[in-house]
Amino acid sequence: MSENASHPDLIANRITRVEELVYELSVSEVMTKNPITFDIDTSIRDALEVMRRLKISGAPVVVDQILTGIITFEDVVRALRDGRADKNVFEYMTTDVVTVHDYDQVVEALKTFSKNQVTRLPVLDSNNNLVGMLTKGDVSTGLLSAMERDVEKAERSKFKASQFFLDKEIISDHTTMVLRYKVKKNDFNHGGTASTRIKKALLRLGISNQIARKCGIAVYEAEMNLIIHTNNGGNLRIEIDSEKISMEAYDDGPGIEDIEKAMTPGWSTASQEVRTKGFGAGMGLTNIHNCVDEMAIRSSPDTGTNLFMIKYLEKENENESG
Amino acid sequence: MIITEIAELVCGKILTKNYKDKLEVKGAFVGDLMSDVLSTIRPEAVLITGLNHPQVIRTALIADASMVIIARGKDPSSEMIELAENEQMPLISSPLGLFEISSRLAEKDILSFENSFNRKNCP
Repeated sequence: MSENASHPDLIANRITRVEELVYELSVSEVMTKNPITFDIDTSIRDALEVMRRLKISGAPVVVDQILTGIITFEDVVRALRDGRADKNVFEYMTTDVVTVHDYDQVVEALKTFSKNQVTRLPVLDSNNNLVGMLTKGDVSTGLLSAMERDVEKAERSKFKASQFFLDKEIISDHTTMVLRYKVKKNDFNHGGTASTRIKKALLRLGISNQIARKCGIAVYEAEMNLIIHTNNGGNLRIEIDSEKISMEAYDDGPGIEDIEKAMTPGWSTASQEVRTKGFGAGMGLTNIHNCVDEMAIRSSPDTGTNLFMIKYLEKENENESG
Repeated sequence: MIITEIAELVCGKILTKNYKDKLEVKGAFVGDLMSDVLSTIRPEAVLITGLNHPQVIRTALIADASMVIIARGKDPSSEMIELAENEQMPLISSPLGLFEISSRLAEKDILSFENSFNRKNCP
């Protein structure tokens, strides 16, 4: 791209990604929005003051958002040389203004910069209203932040669960990852710690926000149940494979007396003390049910309670907002 | 609205330093029972609550809330503030009650970020 070669100040290293980006990005993505503008009756003195205060070397002159000219530092100097600081910008502005459109590719703007030897370009929308200003600095900054986004994306995809589980170098008939957490009885101050970590781990594995959030909610409710309702606390066990997240909470008692009742929204056996901490809304199992694809409870006074939950990864994009 | 504007609107004090100052907030949710919050709150909501307990921060994190406002001028414990700080969950304490915080936000076109069930006959 010979165009780039004429801008050594813009592109330090001739990286091919930059060359791609100048075609991918539009001017609207890199321009400065809501630029400073002058009315046609602004005095040269006032304009100079604004330019000095805001450290800008020029600004468009508009009438009702329609571009009529551009006033630059050089124009101001010309006026001052003539001793006419009290005149309006209208008399000294450049009216033959080179512009770009907000929907143009950045590469078009670069060509325009190069062809016309200008340092700033007013940006017009499809109705020719002024919507922004573009400098070479804006382009550099825009390219840099686009490249930063690229890097972040690459970082994230490194940890894609699917890649991990489908890695041909990991030879097994069925590869999974297991996370285990111990949850103490009555440990309200640390309640939710395990769930927060589980949610972070899922995100780290490249699992979508929606699925990580729903698993987080389900496992949080299960964790709080272990804290509130068990004799001796319990355990959380999360197993992740390429298709699903299986979550399990288990304890050694006292067991749930009436599972059907426990599933009723609003029904709770939590003590008044627990309720003052914000729990015992009686929505725990209902919430879990709403967040996972499969759920099963086994409970008896002898063996305690086992709660199984499964969330499938592929259902990810099918439904809803929540 | 961004966090500093919201804090000003509810005469609140921002108790954490580590937050995204340009994050735009569009909706809010009020609740004191954490399971109620988790059952119907939508992502990116401001969580307004009268409950002053570290669990609020954990609930906000799990539910992807954008920030937490503690009502009625309650002072969160240093432990709770530290948790919010470490997890980058903005925390505001406002002297106003839940109703007034909500109505001030509603006046600024902040929407209800609550998934409603059982309201077929309520437009």
